[in-house]
Amino acid sequence: MTIATEKNPPVKLPNEPVITPQIVAEHGLAPDEYERLLKIMGRSPTMVELGIFSAMWSEHCSYKSSKVWLKKLPTKAPWVIQGPGENAGVIDIGDGQAAIFKMESHNHPSYIEPYQGAATGVGGIMRDVFTMGARPVANLNALRFGDPSHPKTRHLVSGVVAGIGGYGNCMGIPTVGGETNFHAAYNGNILVNAMTVGIAPTDRIFYAAAAGVGNPLVYVGSKTGRDGIHGATMASTEFSEDSEEKRPTVQVGDPFVEKLLLEACLELMATDAIVAIQDMGAAGLTSSSFEMAAKGGLGVVVELDKVPMREQGMNPYELMLSESQERMLIVLKPGREDLARTIFEKWELDFAIIGRLTDTERMVLTWHGDTVGNIPIPPLVTEAPVYERPWTLTPLPAVLVASQVPAPKDWNASLLALMGCPDLASKAWIWHQYDHLIMGNTAIRPQDGDAALVRVPSSAEGTGHKGLAMTSDCTPRYVQAHPETGGRQAVAEAWRNITATGATPLAVTDNMNFGNPQKPEIMGQFAGAIMGMAEACKVLEFPVVSGNVSLYNETEGRPILPTPTIGAVGVIHDIAKAVGSRLTQAGLAVILVGETQGWLGQSLYLREACGREDGAPPPVDLAVERRNGDFVRSQIDASRLSACHDLSDGGLLVALAEMCIAGGTGAEIALPSTDVPSHAFLYGEDQARYLVATGMPDDVLAAAKAAGVPAVLLGYSGGAALVVKGLVSLDLGDIKATHEAWLPTYMNTAE
Amino acid sequence: MKASVLVFPGSNREGDVAQAIELVTGRKPNMVWHGDGNFEKTDLIVIPGGFSYGDYLRCGAMAAQSPVMAEVKKRAAQGVPVLAICNGFQIAAEAGLLPGVLMRNENLKFVCADVHLKIETSQSLFTNRYQAGQVIKVPVAHAEGNYFADDETLKRVEDRGQVAFRYCAPDGTVDGTGNPNGSIRNIAGVFNETKTVLGLMPHPENAVEAMFGGTDGKALFEGIVEALS
Repeated sequence: MTIATEKNPPVKLPNEPVITPQIVAEHGLAPDEYERLLKIMGRSPTMVELGIFSAMWSEHCSYKSSKVWLKKLPTKAPWVIQGPGENAGVIDIGDGQAAIFKMESHNHPSYIEPYQGAATGVGGIMRDVFTMGARPVANLNALRFGDPSHPKTRHLVSGVVAGIGGYGNCMGIPTVGGETNFHAAYNGNILVNAMTVGIAPTDRIFYAAAAGVGNPLVYVGSKTGRDGIHGATMASTEFSEDSEEKRPTVQVGDPFVEKLLLEACLELMATDAIVAIQDMGAAGLTSSSFEMAAKGGLGVVVELDKVPMREQGMNPYELMLSESQERMLIVLKPGREDLARTIFEKWELDFAIIGRLTDTERMVLTWHGDTVGNIPIPPLVTEAPVYERPWTLTPLPAVLVASQVPAPKDWNASLLALMGCPDLASKAWIWHQYDHLIMGNTAIRPQDGDAALVRVPSSAEGTGHKGLAMTSDCTPRYVQAHPETGGRQAVAEAWRNITATGATPLAVTDNMNFGNPQKPEIMGQFAGAIMGMAEACKVLEFPVVSGNVSLYNETEGRPILPTPTIGAVGVIHDIAKAVGSRLTQAGLAVILVGETQGWLGQSLYLREACGREDGAPPPVDLAVERRNGDFVRSQIDASRLSACHDLSDGGLLVALAEMCIAGGTGAEIALPSTDVPSHAFLYGEDQARYLVATGMPDDVLAAAKAAGVPAVLLGYSGGAALVVKGLVSLDLGDIKATHEAWLPTYMNTAE
Repeated sequence: MKASVLVFPGSNREGDVAQAIELVTGRKPNMVWHGDGNFEKTDLIVIPGGFSYGDYLRCGAMAAQSPVMAEVKKRAAQGVPVLAICNGFQIAAEAGLLPGVLMRNENLKFVCADVHLKIETSQSLFTNRYQAGQVIKVPVAHAEGNYFADDETLKRVEDRGQVAFRYCAPDGTVDGTGNPNGSIRNIAGVFNETKTVLGLMPHPENAVEAMFGGTDGKALFEGIVEALS
């Protein structure tokens, strides 16, 4: 083989088409972007080179529309070890341990092929986490489906849930939390956002930056097939003989192979063989090899004929752009090849040395000795298109006062209707299909608390165990009404949910799901949400350490609700002190923490009971949020609380009903003397509020007073009914039956 | 007591059961790789849960043919106790160590939930710390736990008292309400004829600590330790 350098211009492969404006357009490159490419290359690209530019400059890989805005998010704190830019974010959780986590979308594939789309979304995010050296300890997911009455919804719910379970269960990682909403705006474009959290020793974290000229580049995992080659249908048909065959663009996952890959990688990581490691996710071999070389300021030669292939007749274009799953790229220290090969062969996985690092800062691709691609690396990064797209902020809608919203005629019926509505109904049908108990560390299960809580076995002998609290949150209807408020609220609610377990919120991963950024009002939603999130993250000391942007979530010009999903992680140093939201004993005082003005604008009550989706969403006062949350956490730390639940969708009454049915204990409360109308008090969605249950009400109320936090005793737990004096009286059995019936009934109804 | 936990490609609850054994005995079990047909002498063999070989072909079918299982069969015949949980139960059934088969759950869905089990007998090394008729709460997590055996086998199993656990309602009633997967006669676990091999779908190893799923499964491990020490 000749040593390929920039002096070897690539050879044309047989049947290689001439690059036409149509081929460029089919690769998603705008004419000016193609001009940029020509300037960098100084010549026409080959097909594989065009494919690489297309992938690297895609919205997904380059963040070209969102970059300028993402920079506004706070990403630093003393406990942040690695912020955005790596495979996942890394935070220090004490005792020499780090939590490594990220959330990522797999929206479009999941709509096309729900089982595989969702499954490979879960597989991909887990690889992002274990490629950094962490053993995954928990999965979460945030799902948004269309209107339940839409003909595709049932099929999508069924497939997505089975796919998430199918992958996560086989991997043996508990799926402990998440959220599921329904709204007609997602009819043609569902959202599947998957999050993985892993744990690694702080001194054993692995990064993608390549180092060491001459070091071997190693491919491990599954063989490469023709699955998931985006926009490449045309190209691959023109490249090969059998052009009839259309390949699905959705990848197919094999969780069994990923389980082997996880164990093999962790085994190799326990040695000193690895210089750098990167999973092959979106844009497969292209982005992984490119990013490793770019981050290390090096060049790379890839001998594509050495790549393990699933089928015959594959060409360089397909190999570089395939998104076959369960593959990793590793830079090894010299002389460690045999050690690594032994480990991967033990796990019956492919292992191939496919290239070397060079000092040329070029990516050179060879095919049976011929150079077929030769691209300078730095300009592809530094001269990548970045757009400051025009944006228009959504104005704040008029505030809806409670008197403009009718009170329920039948209070009992109104509560039952809310508890059984698609957004609030029990999602047990979903999470019973996820193994949420494996690893034996799940302390708060789905539905038993505001955040999931798993034990982190301490690395030190004889010390207590920590708990990792995790949640995912967003209220898209608030973001739609006013993106800045909605962005603020999504972060605040995640912070509150972590707080409600007693844990200290530490950091955020964001999954920004929006419509077409070329529309100023959509870009304005993105900008507004970022502004709100940035402000909240700053005030709450809750930096963003990783994330993902998914744009163009539109069908026939109709965008989804703007959905900046916030995944969050917190730590409680003594897990024995943590609390859930279940009301399990009688005689506890039920105290409302926080101020209630009765905000009904954009509330679920307004939507479900009055059929309206209007008004301004509840304002988020971040200083109050912080003060109230810090107070609640201090009370949990002082072991004064038996249960705690944040108030969000559905307000106070829904929260209390959830606490009662989860713990099987009733409660009787009375409204405090207030000017707020009853329906606004009980169903309003004012922020920065919690319901707490305590056996020491005097201490809690005194502490609240001292901290300047509004707190009022509403009543006591006990009995088998939920009673609000003069308004509501319902048997828990009836609430529970209504709450639990909707989803299974819906799913079991024939279409 | 010295325990050995088998590990197949795709096993994933070996850590859970190792954790439970260590909690009860104070000693880490020996982890045995599937290719090891000659593992060290042991007092108890555990076949853990998971998706051995990705559940490809049929759950447990490929693992049942592995070198380690040939040795397990030999030792089981010599009376070495075998505890086979979930995928382990599927493997043991495929290997002919236990009667019956495990089919897809009746509703064709994976199920992870707490279930109630009625203890059928305390007369075994696995159940000696329980009382016959006692109801315990432990979780299940499987897609293929629907126990089935033909009439003749079923009669033999019942006549010889080989049923270890049945799914039941919280009050101990054995009927359809407590059955998570459609198992015939609510059978959740069975013994071999000598009651030295136990296969069960539920996960007692995930019910050994109060904060993490309750403690109803702990007595199973304590009973084994007592019987084997």
